[in-house]
Amino acid sequence: MKGVGEMAEKKIRVLVAKPGLDGHDRGAKVIARALRDAGMEVIYTGLRQTPEKIAAAVVQEDVDALLMSILSGAHDYLFPRVMELLKEKGVKDILVVGGGVIPEEDIPALQSLGVKDVFGPGTSTEDIVKYVQQNVKL
Amino acid sequence: MTVRRAAKMEDEGEMDAKKILEEKKGWEKRCLKKAPEKIQSTSGMDIGILYTPADVPNLDYSQDLGYPGEYPFTRGIQPTMFRGRLWSMRQYSGFATADESNRRYKYLLEQGQTGLSVAFDLPTQIGYDSDHPLAQGEVGKVGVAIDSLADMEVLCKGIPLDKVSTSMTINATAAILMAMYIVVGEKQGVKPAALRGTIQNDVLKEYVARGTYIFPPKPSMRLATNIFEYCSKEVPQWNTISVGGYHIREAGSTAVQEVAFAFAIAISYLEAGVKAGLNIDDFAPRVSWIFNTHINVLEEVAKFRAARRLWAKIMKDRFKAKDPRSWMLRFHTQTGGCTLTAQQPLNNLIRTTFQAMAAVLGGCQSLAVCSYDEALALPTEESVRLSLRTQQIIAHESGLIDTVDPLGGSFYLEKLTDEIEKGASEYIAKIDQIGGAVTAIEKGYIQQEVQESSYRYQREIEAGGRVMVGVNKFQIKEPPVKGLLKVDPRVREVQVKQIAKLKSSRDSKKVQASLGELKKVAQGDGNLMIPILDCVRAYCTLGETCDVLRGVFGEYEPVVTV
Repeated sequence: MKGVGEMAEKKIRVLVAKPGLDGHDRGAKVIARALRDAGMEVIYTGLRQTPEKIAAAVVQEDVDALLMSILSGAHDYLFPRVMELLKEKGVKDILVVGGGVIPEEDIPALQSLGVKDVFGPGTSTEDIVKYVQQNVKL
Repeated sequence: MTVRRAAKMEDEGEMDAKKILEEKKGWEKRCLKKAPEKIQSTSGMDIGILYTPADVPNLDYSQDLGYPGEYPFTRGIQPTMFRGRLWSMRQYSGFATADESNRRYKYLLEQGQTGLSVAFDLPTQIGYDSDHPLAQGEVGKVGVAIDSLADMEVLCKGIPLDKVSTSMTINATAAILMAMYIVVGEKQGVKPAALRGTIQNDVLKEYVARGTYIFPPKPSMRLATNIFEYCSKEVPQWNTISVGGYHIREAGSTAVQEVAFAFAIAISYLEAGVKAGLNIDDFAPRVSWIFNTHINVLEEVAKFRAARRLWAKIMKDRFKAKDPRSWMLRFHTQTGGCTLTAQQPLNNLIRTTFQAMAAVLGGCQSLAVCSYDEALALPTEESVRLSLRTQQIIAHESGLIDTVDPLGGSFYLEKLTDEIEKGASEYIAKIDQIGGAVTAIEKGYIQQEVQESSYRYQREIEAGGRVMVGVNKFQIKEPPVKGLLKVDPRVREVQVKQIAKLKSSRDSKKVQASLGELKKVAQGDGNLMIPILDCVRAYCTLGETCDVLRGVFGEYEPVVTV
């Protein structure tokens, strides 16, 4: 008889997104690959994602985590807009994390909107993998 | 020199190499009891403990190195290099409004900068006005917002365009910004033939590594060749393209890939120009380059030398260019932004000093040094001044400019130069097999290669012993950095108001007529610079002009390669 422990473990589903016009995707691609290597199912959106497209993808792909990378300084408009749309769509309990070039002083405001944390330049992919594994709600 | 004597010298050279190899083996036996760990260059070449003449036994000084200012230009493209004239000190700048950026340019020129380099915001680079929905949050953030000729006039106010050369980092919308610059020059009484500067105008690398594309490859190539053709006649001192290795390297490529992919892309542009009926020597002399100066000093010096020699060969042998100026690789370089750390930012002053040194030892024509806070924000006046001082101290105090190519002849450097040339040639041949750079990009080949290298580099940092000082070794607990530049988010409101004012005060008949003419020419095969100039003069906005082109050309659909 099969026990619960022998059932397949549910894979963590992650959306890695590039909001706005910023075309720097080196970090997002490296992280997407590292998460995949760690056994997660990763969907990378590509560039030029509007907040509407990102929110729609979160719902459509039924992800457990949303990682947004932005280096242009437009996070101050785009991240709150994404969080607003997720709220409108009734998305609950997903882990939202930011990355890229986001000044430390901007982070508390983002956290108050539901972005759990922001990982700046120099963060190791190992730390991000662990963070997602430990903070996602399956 | 008789054939017999030349043969004798070659034999003697060979014997010397054999003798030295034997001696080296003896030394290794005596002194290298334990073989040290192997290390490799970024491009995978094993780096030995010691280099001797035996490592470059076939080096022919006259053929492979030669003399500066003459084929194959390995040692430099001008006979006296920096003894004759220093490189241009050209810091990449721009943010918020044209007015603020104009002030920063004047400051930089006062502090000794010798040329301007304009950074535009993302909406401007991607052909959206500041009032477009997709411009929300982006206006003035990574560069200056230019919505129309009116903004360009403010940007250049008080700057004599016949005396200052200007480089504009603009690609998909290069034709429009070029037209704006020409018209501002006209208004200053400066003829187009007197204008000096550069437009980046390299849309192929945008598809691979930078992302500010608008149209698909074919119409983008047409726009680029229209610019080559127009400027070769009307603005002959203008560099109509700056082919980017820089951005490909920032995206994570190796040094060899940086050269190879930039060269493959340039080859595509040249072939397009020739196909459009241009004589190679009419536009090749105005091709220029932007390369990265990454952190491994000697590899970078070798890279620049290899690039000069290889490009000279490609222009002479592949394109049969006859004008020696077509063979010359003229480059701007910026120190690698990706090597900067957010941790202990002052460390970046040291990094950029080594990199600036490598750029100078590598014989660049123009240099931008990243500012120490640039992993965190755009430079402040203080931090960009330090970047300029770095260049000035190298130029005036260090003695590194006293003679041309002072590192030439170093056994290690010459071996590295050879290896990089060889590696780049192999990649170019591979891309030729695939069908050229455009096809390679459509198939995702170049993107995949870059991604692989980027991932490998990251693995080296996390598990392979590659040290990043302050990041994975020698860390400290530090408070958040203060005093960073912040762009006022009200910039967007200012621009939006100005656009409304412009639209209500301009001649709307002229606007409609010029946009209509642009559409006609875009649908045909005439030179787009002519109708674009008219649109600019009529104060059409950048967005209005681009929307006409979008309507005719469509928009690029990227290939997601992850």
